[in-house]
Amino acid sequence: MKEINELNLPEDLHYTKDHEWVKIESETALVGISDYAQDQLGDIVFVEMPEVGDEFAQGEEFGALESVKAVSEIYLPLGGEIVEVNEDLVDNPELVNQDSYNNWIVRIRPNDLQELDNLLTVDEYLDILNG
Amino acid sequence: MRFLPHTKEEITSMLRDVGADSLDDLFSQVPRECRRDAPMVLPAPTTEWELNEQVKEIADMMEVQPDFNVLIGAGSYDHHIPAIIPALTSRSEFLTAYTPYQPEMAQGTLQGIFEYQTLTARLLGMDVANASIYDGASALAEALLMGIRIAKKKRKVAISRAVHPHYRQVVETYFRPTEFEVVEIPYLSDGRTDLSGLSAEDELAAVAIQSPNFFGVIEDLASAAEKIHGAQAVFITCFTEPLAYGLVKNPGSCGADVTCGEGQSFGIPRSFGGPGLGMFACLEKYVRSMPGRLVGQTTDLEGKRGYVLTLATREQHIRREKATSNICSNQGLCAMTAGMYMACLGGSGIRELSRLNYDKAEYFKKELTRAGAEITFSSPTFNEFVVGFPKRFKSAAGRLKKKKIIAGLELDTYYPELEGKYLFCVTETVGREVMDAVVREVKK
Repeated sequence: MKEINELNLPEDLHYTKDHEWVKIESETALVGISDYAQDQLGDIVFVEMPEVGDEFAQGEEFGALESVKAVSEIYLPLGGEIVEVNEDLVDNPELVNQDSYNNWIVRIRPNDLQELDNLLTVDEYLDILNG
Repeated sequence: MRFLPHTKEEITSMLRDVGADSLDDLFSQVPRECRRDAPMVLPAPTTEWELNEQVKEIADMMEVQPDFNVLIGAGSYDHHIPAIIPALTSRSEFLTAYTPYQPEMAQGTLQGIFEYQTLTARLLGMDVANASIYDGASALAEALLMGIRIAKKKRKVAISRAVHPHYRQVVETYFRPTEFEVVEIPYLSDGRTDLSGLSAEDELAAVAIQSPNFFGVIEDLASAAEKIHGAQAVFITCFTEPLAYGLVKNPGSCGADVTCGEGQSFGIPRSFGGPGLGMFACLEKYVRSMPGRLVGQTTDLEGKRGYVLTLATREQHIRREKATSNICSNQGLCAMTAGMYMACLGGSGIRELSRLNYDKAEYFKKELTRAGAEITFSSPTFNEFVVGFPKRFKSAAGRLKKKKIIAGLELDTYYPELEGKYLFCVTETVGREVMDAVVREVKK
């Protein structure tokens, strides 16, 4: 397990208390899990993903990550429609462990960017991790 | 041997620790009207031989004794159990109803279950079979819930009226407290399920049919697969008589997504209706939605072959209310028995035995028809079939019972529309003279 000061937590992302991140890229946004989440889960062996076209509200469960010790739900940081799922993760789920930022899970089209106000900055997220 | 685990001293000491004055005090949370305060009226202690005598007296009251020829299947089949099966299953190493958690302690049992899974998957023509669940009926209910998990947003499943009536009742029981709906699909005059009305607009998550069905009729699974997949539903097949797949095409080769049913036929005595064995298999792409436990093969640190429980992260002790099902155990000993039975007969043995069952049933059908009876459904059957008689059969059945033959199951209890029709079953254990005795009564 990593110490909190060893975690890689990019500044330009918005975080959730459930350890997902979202990165706005003009019309769409990428969603993944934080370095902390992948470290806690351990070896990820399966990524259960939604289908393109599925719609979810902010905070709604959209998939699950299965590691050797647990299955954890993943929640969508912003409400919206799934426009792409990361197909690389189907055969290589361990990519999420290797780099949980370049290996995003889904690309979404957010409904309302106002919802970003409900998310955490990196400092606020760190505060939560530090308890 | 002391059968009560706690002495008075221990009970007093435990009560003192939790701060209760007495057992009544401990249970004071339970509403008074739910507590029994009258003393238990139990018979006086008796010797073991007296008890045996009492049990024998009760057994003798049974109208049907073990030496009777029972020509009823309907979900429980009288097959010969080779002597090697009880000899092997009574070995103390196998005597557990449970799936073992500790691979370092239980390689033998895990390997046995892995072999059962392998043989089951081959027999049913599927990619993966689990370590078994309780019985055929609960397996079907679990399969339909699995269909709902796979289909995600749909809320409805359909089940053929030709599926065993008890299985349909169990499905109803499982589904009653849920938000999901179960609809029934009728059967045609040839005894097969009528899937002509099926369409994607029905929003069905899954459709279940049984083959051979309750009437013994072999369903046309390949064309059912086409229609059910056309309606964008998961195709579930179930069975009460897996021996049929020695002869008829198995569900996997006909396009089933999930198949499940009762494995009692494979070396397990009929007893008093149980225990049974829920066989359960599916396509690999659905393995993460499958209920129950799964034993997998792996290699240890030294590169040696070993067996462990796998995909356990979806079970309820880890995933709580999000678990795929609340089935966290299996029918350990019954699965082991069925594995031994399948291995002992082998592919060719199962084929030959299956053929023998079919041939006897065909002989019986032919002779009954010649005697004036009428086979109700025209579709092919395996070792069971429905028959109607030229005149009322009740008195003939009564006379046959005096000859220790139980001639068929009256269907009107389960299917009012089939009043006066009987479901007959003949397995390899039924001799020709027994069938001929029934035929003679029909001729009278």
